[in-house]
Amino acid sequence: MNLPVDSLITSLKAKSKLIRQHIIKMITIAGSGHPGGSLSAVEILVALYFHKLRHNPKEPNWPDRDRFLLSKGHAGPVWYAVLAEAGYFPVETLWTLRKLGSILQGHPDMKKTPGVEMSSGSLGQGLSIANGMAMAAKLDKPAGSPANRDKANHRIYILLGDGECQEGQVWEAAMASAHYKLDNLCAILDYNGYQIDGAIKDVMSPLPFAEKWSAFGWAVKEIDGHNLNEIINAYDWAETVKGKPAIIIARTVKGKGVSFMENKHDWHGKAPSAQQSEAALKELQ
Amino acid sequence: MPDMKCTREACGNAIADLGRKNPNVVVLSADLAGSTKADEFGKLFPQRFFNMGVAEANMMNTAAGLAASGKIPFACTFAVFASGRPWEQIRNTIAYGQLNVKIVATHSGLSVGPDGASHQALEDIALMRVIPNMTVVVPADAVDAYKAVFAAAEYKGPVYLRLCRPKIPVITAQTDPFKIGKASVIRNGKDATIIACGTMVYHALTAAEMLSKQNINVAVINLHTIKPIDTETIVRYASQTGAVVTAEEHLAAGGMGSAVAEVISQNYPVPLEMVAIRNRFGQSGEGDELLKEYQLTADDIVKAVKKVLDRK
Ligand SMILES: Cc1ncc(C[n+]2csc(CCOP(=O)(O)OP(=O)(O)O)c2C)c(N)n1
Repeated sequence: MNLPVDSLITSLKAKSKLIRQHIIKMITIAGSGHPGGSLSAVEILVALYFHKLRHNPKEPNWPDRDRFLLSKGHAGPVWYAVLAEAGYFPVETLWTLRKLGSILQGHPDMKKTPGVEMSSGSLGQGLSIANGMAMAAKLDKPAGSPANRDKANHRIYILLGDGECQEGQVWEAAMASAHYKLDNLCAILDYNGYQIDGAIKDVMSPLPFAEKWSAFGWAVKEIDGHNLNEIINAYDWAETVKGKPAIIIARTVKGKGVSFMENKHDWHGKAPSAQQSEAALKELQ
Repeated sequence: MPDMKCTREACGNAIADLGRKNPNVVVLSADLAGSTKADEFGKLFPQRFFNMGVAEANMMNTAAGLAASGKIPFACTFAVFASGRPWEQIRNTIAYGQLNVKIVATHSGLSVGPDGASHQALEDIALMRVIPNMTVVVPADAVDAYKAVFAAAEYKGPVYLRLCRPKIPVITAQTDPFKIGKASVIRNGKDATIIACGTMVYHALTAAEMLSKQNINVAVINLHTIKPIDTETIVRYASQTGAVVTAEEHLAAGGMGSAVAEVISQNYPVPLEMVAIRNRFGQSGEGDELLKEYQLTADDIVKAVKKVLDRK
């Protein structure tokens, strides 16, 4: 196992802290939004955008870029904060979230926001779209072609919610990714255990995840979704999987980093008050 | 007697020909490739043909992903399953994102015949035309359908192509222009205008012949594009003839006739009658039996013209 160097982890940790602060600030200013599922996915996106993903914020439509899709679109704030820090648009733009005329819509809009590959917000659709992108990539750069040998072929990453896996379409898509052997596709499951109405196991259990995904023909790896070392290693592992798609089941904490939000499903989709926001930001110093 | 041909077959030929010219064309099918005629392309270009199984919602979003990566996907299935089942996928992903997906919806309307109500899409025009950014095309015959495929491929953005199952008369000519959004006037007249789409254009022409024997001269318009609608042509004929009859194999609610009524009532109000299906599901039977049962024949159009003339 090649452990990532300490300095990288230190910088990604600092970035994660900053992203969490942005999330709290932007949702507080907006007066609405989804903190719980944004905070749970911070390390997953930070490790991707600031280490793994091949992308160019100055050229968002670069054809050979890796793609990231946020299927659980309500977690837009974490994506927006990461895109801003990566340089797709100014950080100040974050404070316009959900306002009339803002490029940052309540749920991601590919027509308005640089770096947003696909509109989302309606759960259950992302994996099918990711499949289409992975199929297109394979058509353009078939295995063994010169383009493939010089590693120019891009990869598709997609983040799914655990409650989202109750949507039947996720499994239609899961079947198709395996059928078409989409090994250029890496899904990450934000397994924070909660959805709007409560714990996923109480609302409508989609468990067990590992067995289901593997029965659908996927290579599966389970990790701690807040451990940057494990996340980075899992992204590297996914690249080594051949002939089938890979999914990283990332065990996370909903509301991670803000004590009064952690594992509380009522923080799924509401903004903190000014006071709560202050307390949250203090914890995130 | 004119040639008889299926619009779905012409569409299948056109997609295959398009595939020869444009390597970016890909085809998706939901386990109905033989019926939708998507198999013609599939045999020629197996690498660019994706059978998605019986999973229409997944098929539409997969097409969206392909389109976002520069492909021109044609997603093919029966109209009921191409419009109703994946409606929200079409709305939220394909249309909202203005993605270049072409939805090929075969087996629309009552003329599907014996399969019955579950397989007869009578509401798909309504479902599709309410969605912003969507284009809705209903070719009148096989020649129209062939051109519509090429026009759809050239057009940037989502297109819904509504096709039928049976062989229907070829009434347009190879040389007739076909432009998305431009209605085609196929007969001139001064007393009233019949605006029809799809299979009903032929019946409209037959009705016009019958009426001319009674010294009633009606214009016939092939409104192959229901959205964006050709307001200019519709208003011109409403003003020139002073009465309009619409004819479609679709429910009256929300269909092509409703779209025409929206144009006429706001721009140039004249009496209007609709030949369409009234608040009913379809049923099993032969296509022509069903058209009689649901009052969609040339005789019914003649009656509607007389009624509208009385209201002039
Ligand atoms: C199709 C659809 N149905 C319902 C909703 C409303 N909704 C928004 S978030 C959510 C729960 C999602 O839970 P999960 O996927 O676990 O997200 P996370 O806990 O990671 O935020 C629901 C039901 C939606 N956005 N889309």
